[in-house]
Amino acid sequence: MERKKITIDGNEAAAYVAYRLSEVIAIYPITPSSPMGELSDAWASNKQKNIWGTVPNVVEMQSEGGAAGAVHGSLQAGALTTTFTASQGLFLMIPNMYKIAGELTPAVFHVSARSIAASALSIFGDHSDVMATRQTGFGLICSNSVQEVMDTALISHAATLESRIPFVHFFDGFRTSHEVMKMEALTDDDIRAMIDDKYVKEFKDRALKPENPFIRGTAQNPDVYFQGRETVNKFYDACPDIVQKAMDNFAKITGRQYKLFDYYGAPDAKRVIILMGSGAEAAQETVDYLLNKEEKVGVLKVRLYRPWSAKHFLKALPKTVEKIAVLDRTKEPGSLGEPLYLDVVSTLSEAAMNNELPFEKMPKVVGGRYGLSSKEFTPAMVKAVFDNLKQEQPKNHFTVGIYDDVTFTSLDFDENFVIEGNDVKRCLFFGLGADGTVGANKNSIKIIGEETDNYAQGYFVYDSKKSGSTTISHLRFGPKPIHSTYLVQEAQFVGCHQFNLLEKFDVLEKISEGGTFLLNSPYSKDEIWDKLPKKVQEQIVNKKLNFYVIDGYGVAQKTGMGSRVNTIMQTCFFAISGVLPKDEAIEQIKKSIKKTYGAKGDEIVRKNFDAVDQTLENLFKVEYSKVTSNYELPPIVSDKAPDYVKTTLAKMIEGKGDYVKVSEMPVDGTFPSGTTQWEKRNIALEVPAWDPDVCIQCGKCAMVCPHASIRIKAYDKKYLQDAPPTFKYMEAKGKDFPEGYAYTIQVAVEDCTGCELCYEVCPAKNKKETRLKALNMVPQIPIREQERKNWDFFLSLPEMDRRLINTGVIKSQQLQQPLFEFSGACSGCGETPYVKLVSQLFGDRTVVANATGCSSIYGGNLPTTPWSKNKEGRGPAWSNSLFEDNAEFGLGMRLSIDKQTEFAIELIVKLKNEIGAELVDSILNADQKDEAGIYEQRERVEQLKKKLETINSNEAKKLLEVADYFVKKTVWIIGGDGWAYDIGYGGLDHVLASGKNVNILVLDTEVYSNTGGQMSKSTAIGAVAKFAAGGKPTPKKDLAMMAMSYGNVYVAKVAMGANDLQTLKAFLEAEAYDGPSLIIAYSHCIAHGINMAKGMNAQKLAVESGHWPLFRYNPENLKEGKNPLKLDSKAPKIKLEDYYYNETRYKMLTRSHPEEAKKLLKLAQEEVTKKWKFYEQMAEMDYSNNKDEKVN
Amino acid sequence: MDLTTSYMGLKLKNPIVPSASPLSQKVDTVKQLEDAGASAIIVYSLFEEQINHESGELDHYLSYHAESYAEALNYFPEPEEFHLTPYQYLDHIANLKKAVNIPVIGSLNGVSTGGWIKYAQNIEQAGADALELNIYYIPADSQVNSNDIEKMYVDVVKEIKNKIKIPVAVKLSPFFTSMSNMAKKLDEAGADALVLFNRFYQPDFDLEKLEVIPNLVLSTNWEMRLPLRWIAILYGQIKANLALTSGVHSSEDVIKAVMAGADAVQIASELLLKGPKRVTELLKGVEDWMAEKEYESIEQMKGSMSQKAVAEPAAFERANYMKMLNSYKLHW
Repeated sequence: MERKKITIDGNEAAAYVAYRLSEVIAIYPITPSSPMGELSDAWASNKQKNIWGTVPNVVEMQSEGGAAGAVHGSLQAGALTTTFTASQGLFLMIPNMYKIAGELTPAVFHVSARSIAASALSIFGDHSDVMATRQTGFGLICSNSVQEVMDTALISHAATLESRIPFVHFFDGFRTSHEVMKMEALTDDDIRAMIDDKYVKEFKDRALKPENPFIRGTAQNPDVYFQGRETVNKFYDACPDIVQKAMDNFAKITGRQYKLFDYYGAPDAKRVIILMGSGAEAAQETVDYLLNKEEKVGVLKVRLYRPWSAKHFLKALPKTVEKIAVLDRTKEPGSLGEPLYLDVVSTLSEAAMNNELPFEKMPKVVGGRYGLSSKEFTPAMVKAVFDNLKQEQPKNHFTVGIYDDVTFTSLDFDENFVIEGNDVKRCLFFGLGADGTVGANKNSIKIIGEETDNYAQGYFVYDSKKSGSTTISHLRFGPKPIHSTYLVQEAQFVGCHQFNLLEKFDVLEKISEGGTFLLNSPYSKDEIWDKLPKKVQEQIVNKKLNFYVIDGYGVAQKTGMGSRVNTIMQTCFFAISGVLPKDEAIEQIKKSIKKTYGAKGDEIVRKNFDAVDQTLENLFKVEYSKVTSNYELPPIVSDKAPDYVKTTLAKMIEGKGDYVKVSEMPVDGTFPSGTTQWEKRNIALEVPAWDPDVCIQCGKCAMVCPHASIRIKAYDKKYLQDAPPTFKYMEAKGKDFPEGYAYTIQVAVEDCTGCELCYEVCPAKNKKETRLKALNMVPQIPIREQERKNWDFFLSLPEMDRRLINTGVIKSQQLQQPLFEFSGACSGCGETPYVKLVSQLFGDRTVVANATGCSSIYGGNLPTTPWSKNKEGRGPAWSNSLFEDNAEFGLGMRLSIDKQTEFAIELIVKLKNEIGAELVDSILNADQKDEAGIYEQRERVEQLKKKLETINSNEAKKLLEVADYFVKKTVWIIGGDGWAYDIGYGGLDHVLASGKNVNILVLDTEVYSNTGGQMSKSTAIGAVAKFAAGGKPTPKKDLAMMAMSYGNVYVAKVAMGANDLQTLKAFLEAEAYDGPSLIIAYSHCIAHGINMAKGMNAQKLAVESGHWPLFRYNPENLKEGKNPLKLDSKAPKIKLEDYYYNETRYKMLTRSHPEEAKKLLKLAQEEVTKKWKFYEQMAEMDYSNNKDEKVN
Repeated sequence: MDLTTSYMGLKLKNPIVPSASPLSQKVDTVKQLEDAGASAIIVYSLFEEQINHESGELDHYLSYHAESYAEALNYFPEPEEFHLTPYQYLDHIANLKKAVNIPVIGSLNGVSTGGWIKYAQNIEQAGADALELNIYYIPADSQVNSNDIEKMYVDVVKEIKNKIKIPVAVKLSPFFTSMSNMAKKLDEAGADALVLFNRFYQPDFDLEKLEVIPNLVLSTNWEMRLPLRWIAILYGQIKANLALTSGVHSSEDVIKAVMAGADAVQIASELLLKGPKRVTELLKGVEDWMAEKEYESIEQMKGSMSQKAVAEPAAFERANYMKMLNSYKLHW
């Protein structure tokens, strides 16, 4: 049968089968598995049916634990059920996995295997998560490529029904889950043919039904539990043969034969590598190469890892094998070896002990680790492993792919060992996220994959910064199936879609001699040569490149494409790469444009067509002769940076992090604070320039700046002596500044992302020309050098003494130094201004517990991190534990600090005589309510420490260790709504109920932002989000109301864009309140589909419409007989739709489901009105009697 | 008494036609207007901007930040189909056609000869009985001269007339150097009617924020004088029918418009203020007046006060201006 060739990624391949074979799908988003759930949801919204003709019920849960519970329940009630997850998500499913397996329930969990969070989180791929489920009783079955993902998904669904063993079907996160590959799609008939309805019926017969009641899940005693556990053995014994039978059956249907252990290589191989996952493909490719060199090598791919079949394993290996290297893509510290290695060793040992070894003699086995967190696994590394086996005594417990200069586990490998042949066309593209490069490349792969006989593969490397993020696309095309599961090592074509990336990356490092280089450049073909850096010119000349330029942005401008050069660059690629005849390529591009954009209207299609047509007229080949440039690329980081930054972090910034040695990494995940300041990203095309003549010194610009790149200082004029000539200042105005001080607003133009929030929020207008404000956007490049000097000078000016700053007014408060700066958050981020405010107000005494999510990524993703410290060396101490446990994590910090403070008090009381009563009393009775109080206490503690050093007692030594705890410490628990409303809500609730003095900041974007816009319980009614494609039908959870119900929790709802002063007050009150505080902060977000420059305005509309009422609930007021609730915003004054339809998340519903949109808008408006009345009544309640009662 | 009138070949039971406005947003309201006696309905305008920008905007925000960051390759679910405003508009026309018996006139608002013009065909296919073309252009560019602008108008009309068979009315602004000449050109270009005049939303300033703010005010009665004059002047000079719009609030206004030469009288502000039933009152007022003055039909009075028909044609020209100035009395 002719099957359709499609070009999809691994996630889609898995979901393709799982969806067709499920009735219920319960999921929770987690990278890299999220797309599987999202696709299922999209198919369900489009009423696509499974093979039994019904649309699966797709449900998003509050956590993976919840998803697993729902899966378990659904299975018990007789619906075929699946889920998709990875990493920590899989961990949360483990308790239910024991249950599901223990009850012999057929099910398949599809897992895009990912690293686990140990000393650091990583979203990338390895088998650490899957390996942690070995003990649950689930079968583990692995796919190595996108085609295999689809095939094995079907095999596992078939096998689970017959064997009753549930399976985890896994494949490598990103490398396979996100690799786009041409493959053969299974038909519904194929899928039907593999599923025996007899087993489906048996499964359904075992379901919980009142018509056939029984109980399952009893509690058992020492007498029988053990025997009960042993009942399942025969099912596990039978399972491998059942899986093999399914594989054989699959081969009959499709012609693709899989084995539980697939051997590839010389039949008489002496050296064999055993591994599973995508690395097996690279190994196979290398084996092919070595076989041609007459080497006796082979690779054994493990497909069914659990239940482990020794019988099949021993049969699969060639009889001639002498040495075996077992590669594990996981790390088990403290074990003798990693799991697969131990399994192999045990199998061989058992066979040897039983004299059942099928080999001439016991092979020598070594184990090694590779590929953690998607570390590249290349043919050079495979070869290094084979070379190791050549040794008389091969190195055991080795690593490959890194340089371990500490325990010397690593194998050396030859980076120049590259086996990419000429039969494959390889291309590299450097672009920005915003320019659409990846989308265009995915499109090109589809065109080549689906319209030609070529095989095609695409893999995309993204940035860990969310603003100005760069992308690198790795594409391969060729007549044979592609097994290269690693980045392109040598490219015949390189496209650089952004001129300034020439400075950032070594774009031409991997281009082959005579290759083609396409550059998007603002300069013409005649000007371009002289604009290139010297190194680039050298590479072009030395490698004799065919060099083409296009002014992509010029064409985009002309054709109304704005900043998206995707179609234009794609057209260039096809025009000069020769992958397809030009005319045919153009036709295909147009066809795919129609397909991609058709639903969004004819105009967008027409614009793209125009862009294609105009591209060819603007594409030029550049003639060159010799190197003429003297322009050397600037150093990665400044020479002033600390050594660790210069030596180690700089490598990561440069994209050469693979060369960081083990000795350069911290042993426990601890990194220095404040390293973003050294990574000058220069991503803004335009930056704000300050006009002192217009400025009214309100401080709002600095307050809203998401990246802390606008700073304010007031300082003695004497410091101006050394000011650079273009440094600007004005007289500091008003009583909040000391007399005669100068005032400067300085922009860090190299760190600014150009978001324009400051320009938008600036209330001062130029009287001659009202479009001008006190801050105006100007091109960055012309002022870069000058402002770099000004910024350095600005930094050298003294910070204002914190004791002199009036934190109650913004203009003065904004003089506080931000200790959260230049994060990788999106340009115009709505969350970071709040985070920065915490760092300004309390940073020098704060410990932060940060939930996983956007804030942990922009707050803690390497190479450089934004939490910093002041000149005294104090600053926020930050940590991220997990997603679900953040409230508890923060509470733990509080308990720990309180305990140590208590201990310090106990000790100081004991040592009162030695220390001196006066100092002790003043320390114990210190008032630390304000900066002055804290300052004085710090002085006293210094005095105490000096004193303690003179006292020779154990208690004095102990007190010295904990003396800092006399100074007030503030705990901030920070996270998003996914954490606070959903996965972490149970813990958050418990912490609120604890009465402990913690401050909880919920950065509420009303959607899962970090994982790409899935609905949370904070999502408002009528909003479109993933898993709410038809608009969320239910209202947003009122977290504030729930917290207020405790009565002793400080609760505030704030929106900086609507009322910045109220925000400031709330933060101050929350911190001052000696008990749990909860601030829910409206955070506009790219996931809202808004113009981010107008983010603060969006906040204002949210408040004015009543969607986001502002209030503070302060239990302190009760003491004075006052109502604790104070409404800080007025009754709704605009219609909800005036807020809603300013944002794509709401507006798109009027385009996708117009009738539903009307209905939900009406409900939403009613909800807002109702809620407002409720709050109003609460705020009007008379509490004066309560006071009397208390007094009486 | 015969109130019928012929407008662009459409037989209307009377001259009162609710003009392009929110009045036509709901099928129910249009039904009420029909029941109240409206003789046709001009559907609110589909704007060139909506056609051109909505699609781009939707694409921009749905793909914004997509494929930039490994954990979030996109931020929105992508439905298989979108009901964009233009499509919703066409559906609305079709629904109106099903719901009412009076002629439904589509309205297209734009200025260039771009891709949006094909929506004229779409509106025809959706079942509209005629199309009103609202050419809305502020000639702010000092490099563009009046010939260019006039040509632009004529080209749009020609192109649309070439593409569709239903009659086309052109709604104009009064800002032409030679209104009569422009009317003639549009007449020659094939316009089946001219609708005089369009009202522009004039911007206002917010003195607190120092911002320009859009401002919509309903028409007042005196605004009718300008179209009244031009209809009176153009009546009989061109083949195209004439419709008066702006400032019609009373039965007397309707009568005046017809007497000036209007084949149809368009009303919006008055109906927005007082509701569909106001049409019945206006019609009754017209009928009562005609009965009292013994007029037999609308056709009889049509153009009876046009420049050609009045005793003093110069009253419509400059002399009138001088006379008015001289007659103005100081009030303090």
